[in-house]
Amino acid sequence: MARIDVRKTYKLYIGGAFPRSESGHSYEVTDSKGKFVANASLASRKDVRDAVVAARKAFGSWSSRTAYNRGQILYRIAEVMEDRRPQFEEAVRQSEGVSAAVARGQVDAAVDRLVWYAGWADKLAQVIGNANPVAGPYFNHTAPEPTGVVGVLAPQSSSLLGLVSTVAPVIVTGNVAVVVSSYERPLPAVTFSEVLATSDVPGGVVNILTGDAVTLGPWLAAHMDVNAIDLCGVAGDPELATSLEVAAADNLKRVRRAPDAEPDWAEEPGLSPMTAFVEQKTVWHPIGV
Amino acid sequence: MAFEYAPAPESRSIVDIKPSYGLFLDGEFVDGRGSSFKTVNPATEETLAEIAEASDADVDLAVRAARRAFRGWSRMSGKERAKYLFRIARIIQERARELAVLESIDNGKPIKESRDVDVPVVAAHFFYYAGWADKLAYAGLGPNPQPLGVAGQVIPWNFPLLMLAWKVAPALACGNTVVLKPAETTPLTALLFAEICQQADLPPGVVNIVTGAGATGQAVVSHPDVDKVAFTGSTAVGKAIARAIAGTDKKATLELGGKAANIVFDDAPIDQAVEGIVGGIFFNQGHVCCAGSRLLVQESVADEVLARLKRRMGTLRVGDPLDKNTDIGAINSREQLERIRELSDIGEAEGAERWAPACDLPSSGFWFPPTIFTGVTQAHRIAREEVFGPVLSVLTFRTPAEAVEKANNTPYGLSAGVWTEKGSRILHMASQLRAGVVWANTFNKFDPASPFGGYKESGYGREGGRQGLAAYLKEAGA
Repeated sequence: MARIDVRKTYKLYIGGAFPRSESGHSYEVTDSKGKFVANASLASRKDVRDAVVAARKAFGSWSSRTAYNRGQILYRIAEVMEDRRPQFEEAVRQSEGVSAAVARGQVDAAVDRLVWYAGWADKLAQVIGNANPVAGPYFNHTAPEPTGVVGVLAPQSSSLLGLVSTVAPVIVTGNVAVVVSSYERPLPAVTFSEVLATSDVPGGVVNILTGDAVTLGPWLAAHMDVNAIDLCGVAGDPELATSLEVAAADNLKRVRRAPDAEPDWAEEPGLSPMTAFVEQKTVWHPIGV
Repeated sequence: MAFEYAPAPESRSIVDIKPSYGLFLDGEFVDGRGSSFKTVNPATEETLAEIAEASDADVDLAVRAARRAFRGWSRMSGKERAKYLFRIARIIQERARELAVLESIDNGKPIKESRDVDVPVVAAHFFYYAGWADKLAYAGLGPNPQPLGVAGQVIPWNFPLLMLAWKVAPALACGNTVVLKPAETTPLTALLFAEICQQADLPPGVVNIVTGAGATGQAVVSHPDVDKVAFTGSTAVGKAIARAIAGTDKKATLELGGKAANIVFDDAPIDQAVEGIVGGIFFNQGHVCCAGSRLLVQESVADEVLARLKRRMGTLRVGDPLDKNTDIGAINSREQLERIRELSDIGEAEGAERWAPACDLPSSGFWFPPTIFTGVTQAHRIAREEVFGPVLSVLTFRTPAEAVEKANNTPYGLSAGVWTEKGSRILHMASQLRAGVVWANTFNKFDPASPFGGYKESGYGREGGRQGLAAYLKEAGA
């Protein structure tokens, strides 16, 4: 008799733990052909708030880590992900309806992207920071610092590579993230959260909510303890994107605007995903004997 | 024994204020289509001139002129654009005294500040960004960075000419053209700057100046053909701008309010710290977004620091802005004076103790004595809200962690000060303070090469330095 498989319960990832939605709601996730795959937790407004609290709590310690240490942890995420490639390939294939070969390419690119960002941890400040030759006897330098809690509306289409490409630049620079996954393709994000939980990423640094950016986005955009927001997940819905920008203005969140359409995630990202969520701090001190 | 100072007024004969001014559009001064308003000398309440209030139609003309000029200006080689900016820097130096006197008359700031800080830094700013114009490919912003287009710039009244320079110099260096609105109460140096643009033979339309109040500013910011908004002013207006440009492609830099902590540790050199506290809050009558308006002093030295601070405050001379000995000039407007009075009264009503040195204030004009509040808690409105006047709130702390906690307990994050002899503590505090500029054992220092701007609700983007270019450039193809 064939063995009956043990199925996974897909849950949220908040503060390093895997709770169900406090609302008790879930939603049906289907594969690209419409076949039932799982019930994912449907994150609520309260889950967003819990995630922001967890993220804020994690920010002090994560932002104070050395850049070298953050780089090592990002590299560790890549290592653990590499180890679970078959599982991610299956999840991407199922979610995106692509061939096994294409799915494999997406997973490879996602792992490679993490490695790419891992290397940026201790180099970004050297590339975008400055010693400033002011007209006086002062030591003066400018260096980037993380902006704080960043809300990420992850891409709807690219369920893994797009997710990794929006989360990695946020955390490598010392920010913490509250992520809303792709609504229709959330399962790779849940598996990614399991990787995070076993990769020395402190609880709360990345929080992943499966659910609808259309309903969760406004709460995240209006939350007064969120410092910045990436609107990629509402690409193609300019009306919603505009209303989220308006809400974000309440505490002058740094906004990474929604593109007209999802970008080609295979391209090298450049610096802008990182510079969108850093502040530049300038420190002065007199020079004298 | 107090020293007596004989009056030492700077002559105002160097400036020639016309009875009325129009708008500077497309290289010419023209009459506005709207109404007009008066600008007054805040030290005397004397009307200085009638100023045109730009209407929506005027703003539209200005934006069109800037758009027309953009084509040529953005395609001009950086080397040639640079020469115009160098010319402007030189003319500012040549006419420095005239600019300083005019700034003090229209704004109320002491001549020693306009002469020794504002105007020299203005010239330096143009000189600095002039040098960038033909080196943009080396700025680390992509191999072929491109200007954004027409920049709509709205500036405040506290450093009228300096804020103009912070906005105009990088915009022009990067190949953008500009529509600038100076503050309602301080338009005169911007209009003199327009003459300087004429003397420099700057191509018409590259700089356009529209005078007016909030409605004019709104018209500039919301004009559909403006590609970039640069604003310095209140956080409330900054938020309104962020809302107004939502859903557009407009880029924005916002330089907004602050409530800086100036933190004095028990090992600080007390006399230097007291000078830093005084400069931090009383420079420019406290009309400074990065003013050190919250003094956090370590409990063990609080009594000594306060005693020396009060003694020093007793020597500050308040009065005629054109007197070379004046330390504190006039409050810029009646409206601002009312605001300072109101918040100070609230400070007293909420239980803080108010102190100001004995100080004779002129009978006409807008004046407020240098004032400190002690016994202030973090909940007091004078510890939370930006007073934008010569009013210091004093709080105490015991440990560095408590100082950090209190310093960061504000929605603002523009600047902070740290006073201590211990190097490791300076660097620790500098890393923990959530502010865009940290001055250690100094305060209120500005330089064109040094980026300036805030965290959190103090706004976003940086002005000055290489970072200041990023606000006016995009990558080719973007």
